[in-house]
This record gives sequence, structure tokens and C-alpha cells, in this order.
Amino acid sequence: MPETVLDTFEIKRLDILDARGNADPALMPPLGGAEIKKMYEYLAIARTFDDRALSMQREGRIGTYASIRGQEASQVGSALAFDKKDLIFPSYRESGVFIARDYPLHMLFQFWSGDERGMKVPGDINIFPICISVSTHLPHAAGAAAAAVYKKEKTAVAAYFGDGATSKGDFHEGMNLAGVFNAPAVFICQNNQYAISMPRSRQTAAKTIAQKAVAYGFKGIQVDGNDVFAVYRATKEAVENAKAGGGPTLIECYTYRLSDHTTADDASRYRSREEVEYWLARDPIARLRLYMEKQGLSGGKYEEEVREKAESLVDDGIKKMEETGPAEPQDMFTYTYQGPTARLSAQIRSFSPGAV
Amino acid sequence: MPSSQVLPAFNMVQALNSALKEEMARNPDVVVMGEDVGRDGGVFRVTEGLYDAFGPQRVIDTPLSESGIVGMAIGMAAHGLVPVVEIQFMGFIYPAFDQLVTNAARIRARSRGRFSCPIVVRTPYGAGVKAIELHSESTEALFSHIPGLKVVVPSTPYTAKGLLVSAIRDPDPVIFLEPTRLYRMIKEELPAEEYAIPLGKARNAKEGNAVTIISWGSMLHRALKAAEPYDADVLDLLTLSPYDEGAVLASVKKTGRVVIVQEAPKSCGFASEISACIAEKAILHLRAPVMRVAAFDVVLPFARLEEYYMPGIKNIREAIEETLRY
Repeated sequence: MPETVLDTFEIKRLDILDARGNADPALMPPLGGAEIKKMYEYLAIARTFDDRALSMQREGRIGTYASIRGQEASQVGSALAFDKKDLIFPSYRESGVFIARDYPLHMLFQFWSGDERGMKVPGDINIFPICISVSTHLPHAAGAAAAAVYKKEKTAVAAYFGDGATSKGDFHEGMNLAGVFNAPAVFICQNNQYAISMPRSRQTAAKTIAQKAVAYGFKGIQVDGNDVFAVYRATKEAVENAKAGGGPTLIECYTYRLSDHTTADDASRYRSREEVEYWLARDPIARLRLYMEKQGLSGGKYEEEVREKAESLVDDGIKKMEETGPAEPQDMFTYTYQGPTARLSAQIRSFSPGAV
Repeated sequence: MPSSQVLPAFNMVQALNSALKEEMARNPDVVVMGEDVGRDGGVFRVTEGLYDAFGPQRVIDTPLSESGIVGMAIGMAAHGLVPVVEIQFMGFIYPAFDQLVTNAARIRARSRGRFSCPIVVRTPYGAGVKAIELHSESTEALFSHIPGLKVVVPSTPYTAKGLLVSAIRDPDPVIFLEPTRLYRMIKEELPAEEYAIPLGKARNAKEGNAVTIISWGSMLHRALKAAEPYDADVLDLLTLSPYDEGAVLASVKKTGRVVIVQEAPKSCGFASEISACIAEKAILHLRAPVMRVAAFDVVLPFARLEEYYMPGIKNIREAIEETLRY
């Protein structure tokens, strides 16, 4: 008997906006001028926030910080494709996602300064607290998405993670469960080429990360992660497909981490200056700026106003964070259980902050 | 039993099943999930009949994926459901240990109360059923060490049902350890009406004044048997985290002599925690050193040597005699 072909697959890559600011009109998502400006303004806040967080870490005003520089389009472009009621499960390199969800900036600074109150997600913002443990939040997204179906809601659920996460068991289990239960989940992998020092080639022998979706029975697509329109369009389609009962999608945002892994890392130990320069020339924000100039969306004082607004928002966030001060030491007892156990109550009674 | 109306005798499997059935009927957000829990009714039949009664949306057959199942339950709980997970054997829970420690135990704290994790993870545990490797361990101490988790071990059909009802209603994650050896060993009548046994409360299984014997799960029955000839106060802890320190100390102050019986290996077991607590808070009431009767610190042997591994009635009696002689 001859062998038969049971299945074949192809993986597509979506590019809309090139590095010189030219967009393919046939592929452009239906965004009005005001929406494009809003995107640009979020990107500017994200870049400003990131710059200030890095300098604040150097000044000892916050702790270790994971920079998103270079990944702003992957984060803002995708986050803006979700509705407010959709639920997002983020990883730790996601400042742009939080910012595009209108997360209070002072709370982000609080988080990075070692104050857990920064992750007390405001009631009207549907984002989970940062998941430090790589990939363990993918099954959470599958579960929340399944719960949304159970509750007959039209809610999509996102999980954000990096290329390193795709090597972990919970990536497999989360993607597999989402596929089996046809859950309305959107898996957004920012392939920024590195997991600390390990290049993407050390995470998988597969040609793309997007193609991993094929084995779980749903669609995977690679997009230019530095192209905010491509990221937005792919995510919007995935969200609509999920809400229509079409199941999960894996989106690989092909991008680059321009900074070190965190402020505790030195990327010059493991990658060349030429490589970084190649990617600097493909900056996601610069190309949108060029596009907007060509389209007449950014004349006059617009650019200056955007920069000033971003700086003032970030400054306000820093000011508010630094004025807030640390939590009361007793605060650490509050959220282990809904109410304290008898032993915890005794420990609270005997706790003496003055002893530190 | 605080009831005039009783149901015919139930074994522990049937008691657990009736708790699940009643809580699912009471609360539409309660869902049961795990490997083979649906059509098959669970490998020990604890979920039997639930699939037909509540359908595949609420009795969810999952892939073989322990970390994923618990992770998924965490996400479902964050979105308003109350998942009751079955892990087929405690020996297979370790892939999900990461999810429990890294996430379930911390969601409330991480989100400052915005999200919580009201899940129950049920799993058969303990030796004495002549099973193959990794089907007999009792590693309750691993879970009891984690702030944010609760750990419950029933010892009878009555306590199994009442504690599972409370575990399902509890707002925090509960590890619910079902002693496999007891699943069909004991039958008892259950109250016809709804009842719940509060978590964190020990049960006095036998009253006495000469020696305190503390145990839980399947060892409780060996402890009771061993205690028959003695004027022993036998405490059934029922909840290990948070455990009923007050009941332990009250009994110790009454008797001054303590034997703690656990099925798990001796070193760093839950008995060690109780022993340390007694040393801290009641040492002047002691008339003899606290004795721990436990398994050897070995990898659990296969079925044919299992009985040599577990504490037997003889070992418990020797400890009682020793503490009484001291």
C-alpha cells in the first residue's frame, strides 16, 4: 500500500507597514485617523515609561525592571484589538500591554519598586497580575476562556509570553487544552529572539513558533512584530474568530528585545552591536511616525504635544508612586487567605514592625 | 451524628459522590474536571452519575495533563467558576505542584484580592491498596507547608462528605486528600439533610485522659484500634492546614503524654510540626517526650513489602506503652 498524505500545513507571515513608513493599502486594517493617533500615543507613552523605568532603576528609585524597548508595537497593537471586557494574562515584560489597557502608571512603577499594591488591578480593568513564572499562565488563559463559554459570554482571553516560554511544559498543556476545548483564547508570543542569553534557535528546532499551533489543531500566524498594523490586524481577526466560536489562535510577533533582559543583565556579552543596529533600523515607533507624516496625520505641533503628554503622564505616575510610600508592614498578612487562620491571627498579634 | 433523619449506609466513595452531587445542584458554578471523571465516573467511581446528571459542560473529561488541568481550573476560578479537580492519584500530582505553589496559593495575594482561587483538588492518597509504584505515597506535608493552600484529610464517610462540602464552599484553594484504603473500608449512615464540617477543626474520635494520640486519614483507624485497651484521647485532625492547634494543646494539657501517628516517612512529616508546636507551647505540661510513629525514611516499597513500611497497630502500641512508662 502506498503511503498517503494525511495533512500538510502552511504558515503565513503578515507584513503591512514597512520600516520606511509605507503601508500596504490592501492589507490595512480599517483604522481611522483618530484611532491611528491613539495607537501612536500609546506607543509613545510605552516608550517614555520604559526609558524612565530604566533610568529610575539606575538611580535606585525602583528595583529590577524588564524593558520592552523594541516590542512596543507587538504589545500596544495587540492589546488594542481586545475589548475592555476581554481578559488578559500577561507575563513580566508587558508594560505596553498594561499601558494600552489604561493601567494606572503609578501602579506599574509601584510593582517594579517592590510594592505589591501595584498589582491590585482596578475593578474596571480586565488584566491579571503579572505572572513571573514563565508559561504557567497559559493554562489559566485556557481555563478563563472555557469559563467564558460556560457563562455564555462573548469574551476572548489572551495570554502574552515570549519565545522562551514555548519550550516549557505549560505552553504545551495550555495550548493543547485550549485546542481540545475550542476555547476563545488568543496566544500572543512575542518572539524577541532571546530568553536572557539563549537565542530563539536554542528554544526550538522548528522553523517558526507560529507553526506549533498546527499540532494543537488551530491556526498559527507569524506577523512582523514591529509593525503595529500587522499585529493589530492579526489580533483583531483572532479575537473575532474566538468570539464567533472558532477557537484559539497563536500569533507569533516576530520582534526584537533592544534592551538587556532586565536591568540585571548585560546583553553585550552574548550578541553583536551589528545585530542590535539591524533592529534599531526597524524601530516600531519610528515607522509609524513616518507613516503618519506621509498620511498627514502628524502635522504642526502634534509630535511635540504627544511627547509632552507622554512625559507628563509618566512624571505624574512617578510622583504619585513616590508620594504613596510603602505599605504598612502588617499588610503582608492580609491576602494569604480570605480571612486569617488562627495561627496567622496569633502571628499578627505578636508581629512587631519595630523589630526590623 | 446530629440527625434524626438518616440515609442508608454510605462508604466514603458514595459519601464524596453525594457531596459533589449536592453542591453541584446547589451552585451552578461548581464544575468537576479531571481525567476519566465524566463518562467513566472516575477510576474509583467518586464522580459516578455526575456526567448523566449535569452534562459534559459541568463534568469535564480532560486530556491527561495534570499541570494543565490545575492551571485551567485556576483560570476558571479567576473567571467565576468553582472547579473541583480530580487528580487520579497523588503520585501524579507533582506536575501540578508548580501550578499549586506558583499560582493557586498566590493568586489572592498577587492580585490583592481582585482575583481568588476557590478550587478544590481531590486526590486519592496513601498506601494499603496493593497498587503499583507512585500510587501509595502520602506527601501531605509538602502541601501543608505552603501558605495560601489548605489541606484536608477525611477519615470516614461522614467526615468525607461534610468536609468536601466545606472545601467546595471555601474561598481559597483546598487540597483534599482521600485515603484510598478507606474508600470502601467503612460504611456509615449519613444525615439526610445538608451538613458541612468546618475546615480547621479536629474531631475527638475517642475520649480519654492518660495519653493523647493524634492522627489523620487512614492511620486514624489503626490509632483507634491500637488505643482500645488504653484511656486514650484520640484526635482526628481532619484538616492539616490550618490544623486545630487549640484542640491539640487542650488534649496535651489534659494527658501530658502524646503519640502522633502518620503514614508518611518520619523526617519533616506533619507529625514533626505538631511535635514542635507542643514543644513550644505546652512543654511544661508534658510528662513524657512526644513520640512520633511514622513510616521509615525510604522510597515506598511495592505491594509485597508495603505492610512492613506502614506503621502497624503493634508499633503504635509500643509507642503508647513507652510514653506511659516514661
